[in-house]
Amino acid sequence: MLLIDCPYCEQERAEIEFTCSGEAHMQKPQNADDAQWEKFLFLRANTKGVHYERWYHVHGCGRYFNAARDTISDKFLLTYKAGLPKPELPNE
Amino acid sequence: MTRFSFPSLVRHAFGGDKGWDQQWAKPEPKASYDVIIIGAGGHGLAAAYYLAKEHNITNVAVLEKGWLGGGNTARNTTVIRSNYLYDESANLYNHALCLWEGLSQELNYNLMFSQRGVMMLAHSEHEVQLYKRHVHANRLNGVDNEWLNVEQAKDFCPPLNISPDVRYPVMGAALQRRGGTARHDGVAWGYARGASTRGVHIIENCEVLGINRHADGSVSGVETSRGTIGASKIAISAAAHSSQLMNMAGLDVPLECFTLQALVSEPVAPVFPCVIASNTVHAYISQSDKGELVIGAGTEQYVSYAQRGPLHTVEHTLAAICEMFPMFTRMKMLRNWGGCVDVTPDRSPILGKTPIQGLYLNAGWGTGGFKATPGAGHLLAHTIAKDAPHEINAPFSLSRFQTGRLIDEAAAAAVAH
Amino acid sequence: MNEFRTNIGGRIARDKPLQFSFNGQSYIGYEGDTLASALLANGVHFVARSYKYHRPRGIMSSGNEEASALVNVTRGKGRDDANTRATNLHLYEGLNAQSQHCWPSLDWDIGEVTRLAGPVFAAGFYYKTFMWPKSFWEKIYEPIIRKSAGLGSAPTLPDPDTYTARYAHCDILVVGAGPAGIVAALNASKDGVRVILCDEKDEFGGDLLSTPKVIIGGLDAWDWLEKSIAVLKSRPNVTLLPRTTGFGYYEQNMLGLAERLTDHLADLPVGMPRERLHKVRAKKVILATGAIERPLVFPGNDRPGIMLASAARTYLNRYGVKVGQRVLAVTSHDAAYQSAFDLAEAGCEVPAIIDVRAHIDQALLDLAKALNIEVLSAHTIVKTSGHKRVKSVHVASIEGKANTRVIPCDALLMSGGFTPSVHLFSQSRGKLKWDEKIGAAVPDVYVQNCISVGAANGEFSLHDVLNHTAPDQNVLEIDVQNDCPLGSGQNISQLPLAQKAKKHGGAFVDFQHDVVAKDIGLAVREGFHSIEHIKRYTTTGMATDQGKTSNINGVNIAADALNRPVADMGLTTFRPPYTPTTFGTLAGHSRGKFFDITRKSPTDDWASDYGAVFEPVGLWRRASYFPRANETKHQAIARECKATRASIGISDASTLGKIEVVGPDAAEFLNRFYTNPMLKLPVGRCRYVLALKEDGFIYDDGVIARLSETRFHVTTTTGGAARVFANMQDYLQTEWPELKVWLTSISEQWAVIALNGPNVRNLIAPFVKDIDLDKDNFPHMSIREGTIFDIPTRLFRVSFTGELGYEVNIPAANALEVWKRLMEAGEQYDITPYGVEALHYMRAEKGYIIVGKDSDGTQTPEDMGMEWAIGKKKPDFIGKRSLTRPDMLLPDRPQFVGLMAHDPQVVLEEGAQIVGEQKGQTFPKMIGHITSSYMSAPLGHSIAFGMVAGGLGRIGDDVFIPMPDMTHRVKIVDPVFYDPEGKRLND
Repeated sequence: MLLIDCPYCEQERAEIEFTCSGEAHMQKPQNADDAQWEKFLFLRANTKGVHYERWYHVHGCGRYFNAARDTISDKFLLTYKAGLPKPELPNE
Repeated sequence: MTRFSFPSLVRHAFGGDKGWDQQWAKPEPKASYDVIIIGAGGHGLAAAYYLAKEHNITNVAVLEKGWLGGGNTARNTTVIRSNYLYDESANLYNHALCLWEGLSQELNYNLMFSQRGVMMLAHSEHEVQLYKRHVHANRLNGVDNEWLNVEQAKDFCPPLNISPDVRYPVMGAALQRRGGTARHDGVAWGYARGASTRGVHIIENCEVLGINRHADGSVSGVETSRGTIGASKIAISAAAHSSQLMNMAGLDVPLECFTLQALVSEPVAPVFPCVIASNTVHAYISQSDKGELVIGAGTEQYVSYAQRGPLHTVEHTLAAICEMFPMFTRMKMLRNWGGCVDVTPDRSPILGKTPIQGLYLNAGWGTGGFKATPGAGHLLAHTIAKDAPHEINAPFSLSRFQTGRLIDEAAAAAVAH
Repeated sequence: MNEFRTNIGGRIARDKPLQFSFNGQSYIGYEGDTLASALLANGVHFVARSYKYHRPRGIMSSGNEEASALVNVTRGKGRDDANTRATNLHLYEGLNAQSQHCWPSLDWDIGEVTRLAGPVFAAGFYYKTFMWPKSFWEKIYEPIIRKSAGLGSAPTLPDPDTYTARYAHCDILVVGAGPAGIVAALNASKDGVRVILCDEKDEFGGDLLSTPKVIIGGLDAWDWLEKSIAVLKSRPNVTLLPRTTGFGYYEQNMLGLAERLTDHLADLPVGMPRERLHKVRAKKVILATGAIERPLVFPGNDRPGIMLASAARTYLNRYGVKVGQRVLAVTSHDAAYQSAFDLAEAGCEVPAIIDVRAHIDQALLDLAKALNIEVLSAHTIVKTSGHKRVKSVHVASIEGKANTRVIPCDALLMSGGFTPSVHLFSQSRGKLKWDEKIGAAVPDVYVQNCISVGAANGEFSLHDVLNHTAPDQNVLEIDVQNDCPLGSGQNISQLPLAQKAKKHGGAFVDFQHDVVAKDIGLAVREGFHSIEHIKRYTTTGMATDQGKTSNINGVNIAADALNRPVADMGLTTFRPPYTPTTFGTLAGHSRGKFFDITRKSPTDDWASDYGAVFEPVGLWRRASYFPRANETKHQAIARECKATRASIGISDASTLGKIEVVGPDAAEFLNRFYTNPMLKLPVGRCRYVLALKEDGFIYDDGVIARLSETRFHVTTTTGGAARVFANMQDYLQTEWPELKVWLTSISEQWAVIALNGPNVRNLIAPFVKDIDLDKDNFPHMSIREGTIFDIPTRLFRVSFTGELGYEVNIPAANALEVWKRLMEAGEQYDITPYGVEALHYMRAEKGYIIVGKDSDGTQTPEDMGMEWAIGKKKPDFIGKRSLTRPDMLLPDRPQFVGLMAHDPQVVLEEGAQIVGEQKGQTFPKMIGHITSSYMSAPLGHSIAFGMVAGGLGRIGDDVFIPMPDMTHRVKIVDPVFYDPEGKRLND
């Protein structure tokens, strides 16, 4: 079970308190044509490596936040509040 | 290639088993091929086999990053069925099921295809209605699937707990008698042997690093860890690696990869006669020829290539199994592993051409790829050979996500009210 | 005392004899024995039959790595345990075990005939045959294969035992309580941090329990052990868990430990769980998991009486058991000498040690000489004999000189070196490196906060283990004497000449799966070159011992066959669990009613007393119907519907999801969230709304009531409540953070009593205060706040039945009281409770859909004939853009319609498919399906809903429902069957 650092609670909590809400930083396009709309609805980075994604602290503070996680190790690199830009990653 | 048979087995055995050939050759890659298939799993190897056998295209290479059959072919729980709801899906999986039925003989390789019946349990009025909808649709599509009441389900699978005093009592089941299981490794090896015999080059330990294109945009070959290999037709059949490979060709695809766990018990004498799946409690189970109970869980919720999952999923899955089969609590889990499944937004596969000339995609099979192996290979071969999809896989195009013509079996199972 | 039990020594309690039974015969052992040691003490070596060839097998180890001695243990009804390792089974009074996988008995096993055809059953034989004739596979071949597989038998009765689980967090978890683990725990716990020390065995001490002559810091090993454990026990920050196997190492230092609580007890304490799962999250993990001795591969290496050298030493020193009277040893390592010496000192005859090495440490040779043991250096074994117990070995010089020597024996010890147990390390995703010196993989790169110590780290000298385990500790050097390091020797798997001597029986690599060395050769010849392919083709390492003894030999032999350095072969992946773990342990207490929560409405108990039949809706249970004496389900439903339409029906609708949306931008928020226009909804009014996902498909519906300019009470479906709330939070927090809105789930706060029927207003009027119930002042689709029975209420005037309806929202704590008073007051109106089923009938008569039943996640509002619910002038709402995707505009999309069978008494089957033509092809084209279907008592005929391709344009057409027995003709109609003008609900 993963440990997730909720940036609102400022606590590391167990994965079962959270649900994952898919890729982060998706912008809903205005006046999209069919191709742009398909991209928004369905095309995902599916990154092998550092993946930016959204998590919902459903059994906690109820906040949505973003995370950068390595999809090869599943390890969280960092979490940050919704609305913030993609952060610089700490050097490892 | 030595033909496998009981007499040949005996003859070789008493000759010290010295005379067997390699089941597939180990050639060095050539400079170019007519067709390159990326991914030597069951699907890719089957496609190569059918290209050679049915389309007489034998100048084919199957490139494999690791060892053949080592991805989801080696990790799945081997369930085979075709009782899907929509015409498109039923046609697709039934095409595969029909091929399964003669495949051991055709490949001269015993795949231990066992039509033990696949029974899907309904635990609510909603599921009763849903599975009856499947049964009726399947009947009109010529796909066997029948509705069993609770007692009939118990007769078919005696270990099943049909007590009404459990959290999710069984209310009936849909049974596909032609469904069952097969020996997963054998499928990869059998197709590899069949393809290799027909001249296909299977090249293991050969990772694709780039996809090369002509000035007009069409494909020209691949860069690999073993050098540049040319081809005018390239098919990607690489499951969880499909997104990365398509990215190499400059295309995004509607796929996400999730972890799916499975486990087996210690082997025991025959105790479980069929395959049982339950969506409500998220578990499915069968017993292998070797005697192991083979159990599958639900997918994890986040994108992952880790190929392993958390303990709490195993706990939940085994709780579900013990609810359905309370005598199994003293059985022991022997091995637990994770695979990485590539899932499309409508949970149906993508099998067809791509916007790039000469590039074909077979991906997005999610948790259901093994059952489709012969069908997927057969249709992919057709699509490559004719540069056009077969009518069965035409609906499974990449373009459906733009038009909205999805084939969403999972949404049809959605619960609200 | 029998001839195999020593007179003194060991850790058994000789004053506590225990009677036990094996294969029906009674024996005596002692407290402290395992089943294996007790059997060996009684001279019983032959305990099992192998998987494929049914060869007689003995006890080959003293621990969890045991591949051969698997037994079934019977403890009464429902308590059968198959495949139990005799070496790990603590003896208790009355223990009853049997051999398995043999028939009619262990001694006379008919399965042994397979040995005659042995060569045919080489690796992968089953892929090559049993294919003809095709029909024979399912009827003949497969049943035979299945019957012959399987080892033990699964239990057939439900398990009377219970299992439990807990979370256990600590600073440092030490796995393995051998000397390394104990020293690590001692050091780690000094400063008060929380330490857990676990070990799979009954007793802590690991290898020290087998080496009492070792002196540590001036103390005898066992005294040192006792003292150290006493120190650990005295520390409140230390938790000691014997009989607890660390079986899985998961992400972020979470480990699964399985603790066996009762399997070692003669009398099962009432109410005590059998096993407990510890889910440990440790800041740091210390792996002190030891090492496993390697068997040697040579012809006939599997006979009963042949065992690992360290095991023989354990049986002697720990259990007081001599594994034979005349014992030989074959080895490439020094460690085996100590076993041989100990046995010789205990009075066993030890004629010879056969060592493949030419050069042997002089000290060992001197000791051997003193004990009158001949050391045959540069020798090997080419053959063994003895069917049910080894009788002799044929020894030859490794140069392969023809003259072999036959040495009689009744036990043979073997040692090919030691393999560090890196299973948990590898599960932690750490990277291994090949260590040529010890011929095994050892931990190299750690990816979690974890270290490996002792033999698990390839450190085999006790002195080094004790002094290196805590290098940062400023402790005095611990002095160790009489240790026999395990590490010195030559790493081999297959004895020299073994291949040449193939005629004399198999040289076994995997004892349980009967994989012999030449199977691996065959696999390589057939092109299986990856170690994973070899494993899968030969099944090496896939038995219940998970390859603890076979994997390393398999990889060595494969490397030889491929002429490749073994370091390049790689290892097969180590997967959890380390040893097989019961389903019960993993399922824990999540069984029966604890499998999942059951949400109950405030009137659940009342309904239960009233005789309700319940049905699950999501996590809730809801009253389905309330049958009276002798009523069938359908009679009950018909009565409930009739009573409601005639006078008053009452129903608990508390399960509906409820969300309060508050704030200056609440209307704007809802306007964007739902399809309907919300800005101009007047205060006091309600609106039926649809929620779409961005893909344009309906996933929920509900009613929104406007309590004030800035306050809305929103209802959702029962099953969709959590999803809608999460989705609202999502859009509010991330898409429209500028909106000033607060969301509160009020599902649990407000209970809902639905009252429907023409007399409802008369019923409630006397009890409602502060609300004008006049039908014009409080019309259909309105809300008022006031009190009922002096309890605050949000009174909705809504109807899902087509009758005059109110939904009385009251605080959940008051719901039962209000319900009872309404029942009491309603007596004069024949008030009738109705369940979900009657509600479904009545809403269907009225043409109302149920999201998730009539729609299934692939419908747009237009598909459901609900274009009217779309606010077309709105700039945007969730899902809007998707509604104009090309496929959404096609005219032949399935659309929601009413259906009436031509035979009015036929109730169509829900889920039945619809076709356009009555006759024609075998497989006619399906154009839709039935979503809801009922016999309507008030209408006197059946009604149904369906999704039909282009259905909205085909009202009045006939379509067909082909059922197995007959085809029904049905007419497509408008879905509103009852009171289409809405007179009743507006009354």
